[in-house]
Amino acid sequence: MLDKIVIANRGEIALRILRACRELGIQAVAVHSEADRELKHVLLADESVCIGPAPSNESYLNMPAIISAAEVTDSVAIHPGYGFLSENADFAEKVVQSGFVFIGPRPETIRLMGDKISAKRAMQEAGIPCVPGSGDPLDDNKSKTLRLAKEIGYPVIIKASGGGGGRGMRTVHTEAALLNAVTLTKSEAKATFGDETVYMEKFLETPRHIEFQVLADTHGNAIHLGERDCSTQRRHQKVIEEAPAPGITEEQRQRMGQRCAKACQDIGYVGAGTFEFLYENDEFYFIEMNTRVQVEHPVTEMVCGFDIVKEQIRIAAGDKLSITQDEVKIQGHAVECRLNAEDPETFMPSPGVIEQFHMPGGPGIRVETHIYNGYSVPPYYDSMIGKLIAHGESRESALARLRTALNEMVIAGIKTNILLHRDIVNDGAFISGSQNIHYLEKKLGL
Amino acid sequence: MMDIRKIKKLIEIIEESDVAELEIHEGEDSVRISRYSSSQLVAPAPVISGTSQEVRREISTASPAVKEVEAEVPAGHTILSPMVGTFYLAPSPESEHFVKVGQQVGAGDTLCVIEAMKILNQIESDKAGVVSKILVENAQPVEYNQPLFVIE
Repeated sequence: MLDKIVIANRGEIALRILRACRELGIQAVAVHSEADRELKHVLLADESVCIGPAPSNESYLNMPAIISAAEVTDSVAIHPGYGFLSENADFAEKVVQSGFVFIGPRPETIRLMGDKISAKRAMQEAGIPCVPGSGDPLDDNKSKTLRLAKEIGYPVIIKASGGGGGRGMRTVHTEAALLNAVTLTKSEAKATFGDETVYMEKFLETPRHIEFQVLADTHGNAIHLGERDCSTQRRHQKVIEEAPAPGITEEQRQRMGQRCAKACQDIGYVGAGTFEFLYENDEFYFIEMNTRVQVEHPVTEMVCGFDIVKEQIRIAAGDKLSITQDEVKIQGHAVECRLNAEDPETFMPSPGVIEQFHMPGGPGIRVETHIYNGYSVPPYYDSMIGKLIAHGESRESALARLRTALNEMVIAGIKTNILLHRDIVNDGAFISGSQNIHYLEKKLGL
Repeated sequence: MMDIRKIKKLIEIIEESDVAELEIHEGEDSVRISRYSSSQLVAPAPVISGTSQEVRREISTASPAVKEVEAEVPAGHTILSPMVGTFYLAPSPESEHFVKVGQQVGAGDTLCVIEAMKILNQIESDKAGVVSKILVENAQPVEYNQPLFVIE
């Protein structure tokens, strides 16, 4: 087992990783920015290293600082969490070259899945259905681009190859708007990702976002832990997630899940990962793979009774997967609310001091947060301050428990989206389930 | 195996006194409990794991350790570390130190090197003056913004 791990992240996921380290008897080193000295996991860690000033690019994205911190603390591994450098193939490579274990897939795999075009190609070869599209990047041949869109059929979407997570994409409904859209998306892609490569796909109008959790070890074993439905989104950001996906049959789950597990074996995937799909008219269409642990991993953990972060660490230490596919059983239903420090109407981030924090409780309630009374939410990072998860024997039970917990929860001193969550979980359409990815924006009148 | 209540009592004794370190042998068992100021880079937990929470300050109050550091930073101009790495007072183990206490330095003079990922980075003084304090020992790890020298 690994002796000492650097937690190269902040907030709730850093605390999550710290807890997994404690359980496994692993020493934890918290690297943090100047603004994060009072983070809960920093105060609880065995050692802490300040790696830079508040801005992310000088701290949490500062590769040499993080690797140096691993060196001076004699750590053996680095857990990147999610976001920041977790899907940066260069970072993974530097970590490995510097003699540390990167808790995640091999750098080549991160690179393969980070390029959305090559990822699609790899998935097609592995027999995973993809959204119909250009396959190759779009070139300067205007008539070719127009012909391609005609073949696919409008509406189409132009996506940046270096993008993902909802960024670097533009929808096109008519032929007249196509070429302009391609030029604009290319410029944005160049500016944001440093790569202007774009590709084209059919735009699915009313899909649901359904993703599959996989785990693979260094011994060639790969399993899936079922799916999650993350269709409740606003501006491509997930707001509520649940497992299992309402309406998905056991047959569909096993068929797609096995395909994802097999794809992991085909590409030599190591660690935890998620295959994201758009689901429309009973068909799954692959959009991208996330080569890291996801924010919403707790809903899968609750229905499977399994610890994904602990398993990530075990896999990185060279252990075999601790369960087989047959031992994976989905029980009950779990729903997660992402708690953000934001204005409920304008959605602008709302940093500040948390004057009172009261956590809910009761059966099936799990709270994943780093906040505490008197904690000051800094303005430098994203606004997510925690997650509230409810598990029950059915979706009705999980939602009932979630409603109770949302009513009990108090976060005073800053603005949060608790009221938005209360609104959603009492909304008839949400309660009936199986809403598509436009549901929330329509409800909010956006 | 030593009683956990006994260990908790020992930790309380340390916290309430000026005792820096306590070691007790009981037959074949032994416990060593040390108090370290949290201003240091490495904050070791007591020997028995799981009790580290007891010697940590309460999360909800402002950390007294931070106040300790502020009280310790002396008058004069403090040079802070711009990076994470290992602090060395000389360019190589056989060489003379870059500076000594009491030495006059000019702006731009090299005070030390900090090693990170096999590269030695020279840290220069941004002020002229006399080196009045060297705050880190040779070959110790340093973090971002850690005080290194005081120039008066």
